[in-house]
Amino acid sequence: MQALIDGSRLITEALVRAGAEVFIGYPITPANNLYLFSGKRFKTFLAAPDEITTLQWMSGFATAGKFPVTATSFPGFALMLESINMAYMMELPMVIILVQRLGPATGTATCGAQGDITLLHGMLSGGYSIPVISTSEATDCWEMAEDALKTAVELRTPVILLTSKEEVMTQFSYDLSTLKEITPVVRKHYTSDETFIPYKRDNKGVPEFLSVGNTKHQVRYTASTHNQKGILEGISPEALANTISIQEKIEKNSDSYLHFEFQKEEGSNTLLVSYGITANAAREAAVKLREEGIPVSVLIPKTLLPIPDIYLNIMEEFNNIVIAEENYPGLYKKLLFGVRAPENVHSVNKIGRMIDPSEIIEEVKKHGN
Amino acid sequence: METKFINSQSLPFCKGCGHTTISQNTEIALRKLGLKLLDVILVTDIGCHGIIDKAFDTHTVHGLHGRSVALASGVSAGLNNPEKKVIVFIGDGGATIGMQHLLDAAHNGYNLCVVIHNNMLYGMTGGQPSEFTPKGFKTPTLTEGAEHPGYDICALVTAAGASYVSRISGIGDISDKLAEAFSRKGFSLVEVMEVCPSYGVKSNPGMKLSKLIEEAGIEIKVYVDREMKAYETKIREGLPGLLSPALTIETEFPHTLDKPVRLFLSGTAGEGVQSAAELFIRAGMRCGLQVTKKGSYPVTVGVGFSASPIILSPEPIMYTGAPEPDVVIVTSEDGLKFAQKLIDNMQEDKLLIIDSTLGVPETKAKVIVHHFRESAGGRNAMIMALFEYLKQYRIIPMEALMKQFLSSKISANTKLKALIEETFEIEG
Ligand code: SF4
Repeated sequence: MQALIDGSRLITEALVRAGAEVFIGYPITPANNLYLFSGKRFKTFLAAPDEITTLQWMSGFATAGKFPVTATSFPGFALMLESINMAYMMELPMVIILVQRLGPATGTATCGAQGDITLLHGMLSGGYSIPVISTSEATDCWEMAEDALKTAVELRTPVILLTSKEEVMTQFSYDLSTLKEITPVVRKHYTSDETFIPYKRDNKGVPEFLSVGNTKHQVRYTASTHNQKGILEGISPEALANTISIQEKIEKNSDSYLHFEFQKEEGSNTLLVSYGITANAAREAAVKLREEGIPVSVLIPKTLLPIPDIYLNIMEEFNNIVIAEENYPGLYKKLLFGVRAPENVHSVNKIGRMIDPSEIIEEVKKHGN
Repeated sequence: METKFINSQSLPFCKGCGHTTISQNTEIALRKLGLKLLDVILVTDIGCHGIIDKAFDTHTVHGLHGRSVALASGVSAGLNNPEKKVIVFIGDGGATIGMQHLLDAAHNGYNLCVVIHNNMLYGMTGGQPSEFTPKGFKTPTLTEGAEHPGYDICALVTAAGASYVSRISGIGDISDKLAEAFSRKGFSLVEVMEVCPSYGVKSNPGMKLSKLIEEAGIEIKVYVDREMKAYETKIREGLPGLLSPALTIETEFPHTLDKPVRLFLSGTAGEGVQSAAELFIRAGMRCGLQVTKKGSYPVTVGVGFSASPIILSPEPIMYTGAPEPDVVIVTSEDGLKFAQKLIDNMQEDKLLIIDSTLGVPETKAKVIVHHFRESAGGRNAMIMALFEYLKQYRIIPMEALMKQFLSSKISANTKLKALIEETFEIEG
């Protein structure tokens, strides 16, 4: 039996079921449905006066042991950047839903886009990584949202759930009985009587958690370069090692948040690569091409950043690669292949509207199979 | 034994810095209030004052320049426990860049106490003036002295709703005055006037804090001491889920589609285009079809065009766009303008349904012209057009749309209901 819903509803419900407790919002199109649903669904909902405050409040809640969420779009996200760096450095769990719209600047609030992936790639000074998990179809609004929250909590890091206007605003019929069950995340707290060292890491490289205000151990959170005790220490070897450990934590646990779809088609030499709002155009293009007797394979990355090796390994198997994304310069392609992509890597790029499957089909045919 | 809040006798400040007085007196004030070490959370930010956190054995949170009040607001709301004492250290520079956070925290009444270390300049970065630099006060980068008086932050946060606000001179024993502010519930603030010997004194030789305060007309006083409602975090248990079974729509009618049909409904904002579109796809769902619907309208949703691309499909829908819709329905001038390009590109196998007031645009598509507006008014033109479409192209039974119509609020319009029944010879 079908229900008429949208992606905002699925994302909100999934996050709450996964254990998110607090939503802090500042209005921005096209993230307003997430704000609206969160206001009805989160145990605690706060309307912040701006996006810097949003991220600061979220960080405060996180130091007190809560799992906060917000939703925004580029203009708001830009204001959050310094505070996201802070939350990363303090190793605070939170989910930031980034609903992409057409830029630059205010751009067009009511038009979708996929223009923020290189920004996300470089959002931390020093080039470190925050996991970026993306939706590519309705079911992802459920499953990737859950995983975003669980990754944030388990790895003690901000996580970006990347989506775009049409993914959260288009209404669609959906069979709710197909949604998998979500159980709330369970966080382990530091329980030992020994002195608590706030940034001492477990075998996964994740520091154990204690809330500020607990009456057993002193807790320190620091945005500046700090040692394991959470004490600002300039460029001491211990403090620099701690900075590197945060990145290592994100990298070495990357399998735990790795999500992608790979449709390997017998006899295909061409691989379609797409993500986010364009993923379904690529899936549909592949179906139509196969109907015409042209076999193509499809790779839909869902964990977009840090880029997992396996995407490049898969791509190496194909003579032709077509990457479709709704931006002008081909942003993910640049992240995958640098400023000069190999000649067998082609792209379909549009701005101001969704990419049509026929445009992908045309590009595939141009390069034979 | 006395609780030791500070773990180091050599505080990290220049000799004679007012920050030292504040830190030492903070410890004494906390003792006087009998607070336990781990019931105190000290939130600091960037500026000389901010490097104090390592000297405190309380919980400490060291954040970004000027954001400590917002961060502490989150800490306080997150803990939601007035027995915990959240103390915020911020400089006049931080209070300049983060002034909104001060007003906002006062406005919301967060349980915290802000101590502004006002030495009238940015010490850490070399002595630049802040918005708190008093008129005539010189700094290394402002040798001619400030042109305007500094902000009266005490007056501002008082106006915003603080429960306790005072400005004090940071000389001698200020522990009682700090303790008074720390002891209040809700938002309290103490602005401590002090001097940076390294830059302030150097740029204003022979200056005396008391004289400067007097000459600048800076008032040393308690601005307000009142009961205000302290912030309490609302925690709502047992909220209903967003995926209630009531959202589901049962299949009760057949359909005749063997492939998807893409419609583009285009009209005027405020004329019910979006609700007609939703009605139609819900009717489609009553027939077991998969559907999608987008809304397209200007940023100010109440004027200009309102359009809705919808898809009904017997199989799962992947791509939800419709660059070449099978059916375009236009009910108004605004709608025509917005859909013009689509209409221009329509081929022979497509269908255009258009209101009779708009004339017949040049197109290869098959055209149905009807006086929807005349018979039902602008507001209901789109719903009439959708019934007309079904009358001629029975992709789903008209009964399905009628049933959906009857279950919606629009059916309260008895005139419209009667019109539909009469025009389409269908039982309501
Ligand atoms: S530079 Fe000025 S404000 Fe900073 S520690 Fe030295 S005296 Fe204090």
